[in-house]
Amino acid sequence: MIRIFHHTTFDFLRHWRTAAIITAAFIALGIGSFAVTGAPNYSIEFTGGTLMQLDFKTPPDVAAIRSTVESAGVTGAEITQYGEATSYTVRAQDEASVEEQAGGAEGVAGKIKTALTLRFGADEVTVVRTEAVGPKVGAELRRGAWLALLLTSIISLIYLAIRFDWRFGTAAVLSLVHDVLLTIAFIKLFDIEVSLTVVAAILTVLGYSANDTIIIFDRVRENLKKHRNVSLYDTVNRSINETLGRSIMTHATTLAATLALLFFAGPVLRPFSIVMAFGVVVAVFSSMYVASSLLIYIERRYPRDTDDKNKRREAPAVTAGKAAQAAKARTAAPAR
Amino acid sequence: MANLKTRLLIILGCVIASVVMLYPRTVIERVKRDGVFVYDTVKRVPLKKGLDLQGGMHLTLEVDDSRQAVADKSEALDRSLRVIRQRIDEFGVAEPVVQKVGDDRIIVELPGVDDPERAQSVVSEAAFLQFLITDETQALERIIPRLDEAARAAGFGAATGAAGGDTAARVGVTSLFGADSTKPDSSADSTAADSAATAAVNSRGLFSSNIAQGGLVKGQYVVAAEAVTQIQNALLQPSVLAVIPPGKSLKWGAEEQEGTGGQKFRELYMLDSKPIITGESLTDARPTTDPVDGNVVTFTLNSEGGRRFRNETAKNLKKSMAIVLDDKVVTAPTIQSPIGRNGQISLGGASLQEAQDLALVLRAGALPVPLKITEVRNIGASLGQDSIDRGVLALFIAMGLVVVIMIGYYRFAGMLAVAALMLYVLYTLAVLAGFNAVITLPGLAGFVLSVGIAVDANVLIFERIREEIDGGKSTRLAIDEGFKHALSAIVDSSVTTILSGAVLYQYGSGPVRGFAVTLIAGVVASLFTALFVSRTFFMLWLQQTRGAKALSI
Repeated sequence: MIRIFHHTTFDFLRHWRTAAIITAAFIALGIGSFAVTGAPNYSIEFTGGTLMQLDFKTPPDVAAIRSTVESAGVTGAEITQYGEATSYTVRAQDEASVEEQAGGAEGVAGKIKTALTLRFGADEVTVVRTEAVGPKVGAELRRGAWLALLLTSIISLIYLAIRFDWRFGTAAVLSLVHDVLLTIAFIKLFDIEVSLTVVAAILTVLGYSANDTIIIFDRVRENLKKHRNVSLYDTVNRSINETLGRSIMTHATTLAATLALLFFAGPVLRPFSIVMAFGVVVAVFSSMYVASSLLIYIERRYPRDTDDKNKRREAPAVTAGKAAQAAKARTAAPAR
Repeated sequence: MANLKTRLLIILGCVIASVVMLYPRTVIERVKRDGVFVYDTVKRVPLKKGLDLQGGMHLTLEVDDSRQAVADKSEALDRSLRVIRQRIDEFGVAEPVVQKVGDDRIIVELPGVDDPERAQSVVSEAAFLQFLITDETQALERIIPRLDEAARAAGFGAATGAAGGDTAARVGVTSLFGADSTKPDSSADSTAADSAATAAVNSRGLFSSNIAQGGLVKGQYVVAAEAVTQIQNALLQPSVLAVIPPGKSLKWGAEEQEGTGGQKFRELYMLDSKPIITGESLTDARPTTDPVDGNVVTFTLNSEGGRRFRNETAKNLKKSMAIVLDDKVVTAPTIQSPIGRNGQISLGGASLQEAQDLALVLRAGALPVPLKITEVRNIGASLGQDSIDRGVLALFIAMGLVVVIMIGYYRFAGMLAVAALMLYVLYTLAVLAGFNAVITLPGLAGFVLSVGIAVDANVLIFERIREEIDGGKSTRLAIDEGFKHALSAIVDSSVTTILSGAVLYQYGSGPVRGFAVTLIAGVVASLFTALFVSRTFFMLWLQQTRGAKALSI
């Protein structure tokens, strides 16, 4: 039987201050950069504009593509190599292009294509992908994405509130908010293009991290019942250690799948894969440090009292009253 | 153990059902054979690929109310939907989607379209056809000074606008008339043009310096290409439009043309604004090739339209009739004899395909309201195939890695988990096929990801079993306890994932919906494989070993 991190007794929580400083600094940096450089790098679908992916027979001269696009009357387009040397994208996302597409989204792409075909010849260049979005559709989609993010957070919150009592629930929800902030900061700082697929990645990270927290909290709850005269601090530490094997295995397989996507699934899915890979790290970090530290903080700040205990006894499907009593005894005692 | 037998039968039944679901099926599909779409039977795995994987075009259309207000958009879109559907049916696309979304937009999905520009125009062209008699009263000449004045008042001075255009126009005009002078009837017109040119020099107004008589047809004028935009803009001004006499209207020629000397110009027509007939009276339109005119569209009118057309054309013999499509003059032939129900639109050197497309949109009828395209996504079939190849490669690599990790760490139990994982993949694909779900590129990514996440349930169970064994329980009891204790965590994690998937489905568009669907299908399949299939495997193992052997986990 191979065992990694078996019967470990790491004191994870001791480092909570360091963890808090690192994560707060990272989030502050990310949020701060919003104030400095404005909106994140939204993709075409969110801002409106035109994206064209071009495949050339032979590696072309970037300057020639640029001058051709400009000669078509599209200034301010971004031209970048995409994957292979013969593949380029033209991104006309500037205000003028977006504005032009209010009357019809296809115009800019049509102009660019005509100019490119004239300049390079129809055999030499093929447009393999075109995305042209009018400004109105983009704005709606952007609103929808934020709404989806908000709604998922609220639904998770309600679920966690039902699933745990309010102390556990609050800790879990706050750590979810932390996860979202951290991921958004990461996306902003590393200038990852925010497309709908990336929003999907954020939501997946949210669900994934919630799982992780739930699994640790589940164990905390169970250990609170089992070992009554151990401090909450030690119980949480013990729970993290006990679930460490599971955490490492699950994160390993998830990361394996994510890395396979990152390295083999091509450039279209790259932003998605990067955000997912970061998300796995976030999940580990936040369930071990953020959620657990928050739980301890909340339990200390609002110790379980007798009234609460009685309420909990009446309410089914929540931790049994005895455990609550035990928890109370522990929280009353000095933690370490 | 009867219970075990039932379980094995259920698993086997699911496998068989899945294989049946995924077995390449013969379906009747509209496929392309030698460049033409035909209905044919093809054999394929019944998994529907999204536009981003198979290539194709997605269009979102909205009512274009920039020129005129549309009272009931929803109702107008319903009627447009029918027209578009008919056009696409005739255009020939395998499994097209044409649907109204909300009250204000139509989405059109055309898989496998390889000429996006053409498809785009077939869908969005208004195809509003009118036949108008050209003006013979020199109405434009008479109002030119007033047009100039109005344009100047609106800020379109000749000094700014025609400084460059002026000379270019005069050069253009002279040589144009040089070319026209070969025509027998051009002498009278060239005098008019001369006077127009003189007027231009004298007044230097926007209109007087840039517009000259076209020569061939009465009411036809030419504008040098450089000045077209300026004049178009001037003609948008209400004060300028007010100068045009009632009952007359100005319309542009369809395309920029080139004179013999290489000058570029565009035609402008002064027309009687009341159409003698419109496309509504059309019952049929067919493309043909005419020995003289090249590719043409012949049309048939209904009996009432035919009667009116005959009367009107008889009344206007020897006059010119402009055929106006979507506010642009396609051609302006002279009426030689009364025309009845059957007529012809010559297209001036258009390709046969253009004639075909025009006939198609005329047959399907005009769009009741002008539509504008608010979103186009177009993916080439080769790029789609490339995405599939890469996605499948990533899937196999992910599975390989997961298999190595699981067997490397959990040994025998890991093998059981891997067997369960294989069933997971099979079941998930079968569920997707069963619900006729569309597989998109993000969906494929979600599937690869779910392979990594799906083993989590098994990991939870195995870790629990290990703990129970450590606690001194017998193998049999440890397995039972392991499954029992891991249950709540597994259900929790499934619920949170399904919830975020549901939100994504609600708010996402096409490709992201595919992601949500595979995510949800994956979670459901993983619940089944982890809780039921793995359990059964363990029970089978226990029965084989009679609980005597230590579990390799």
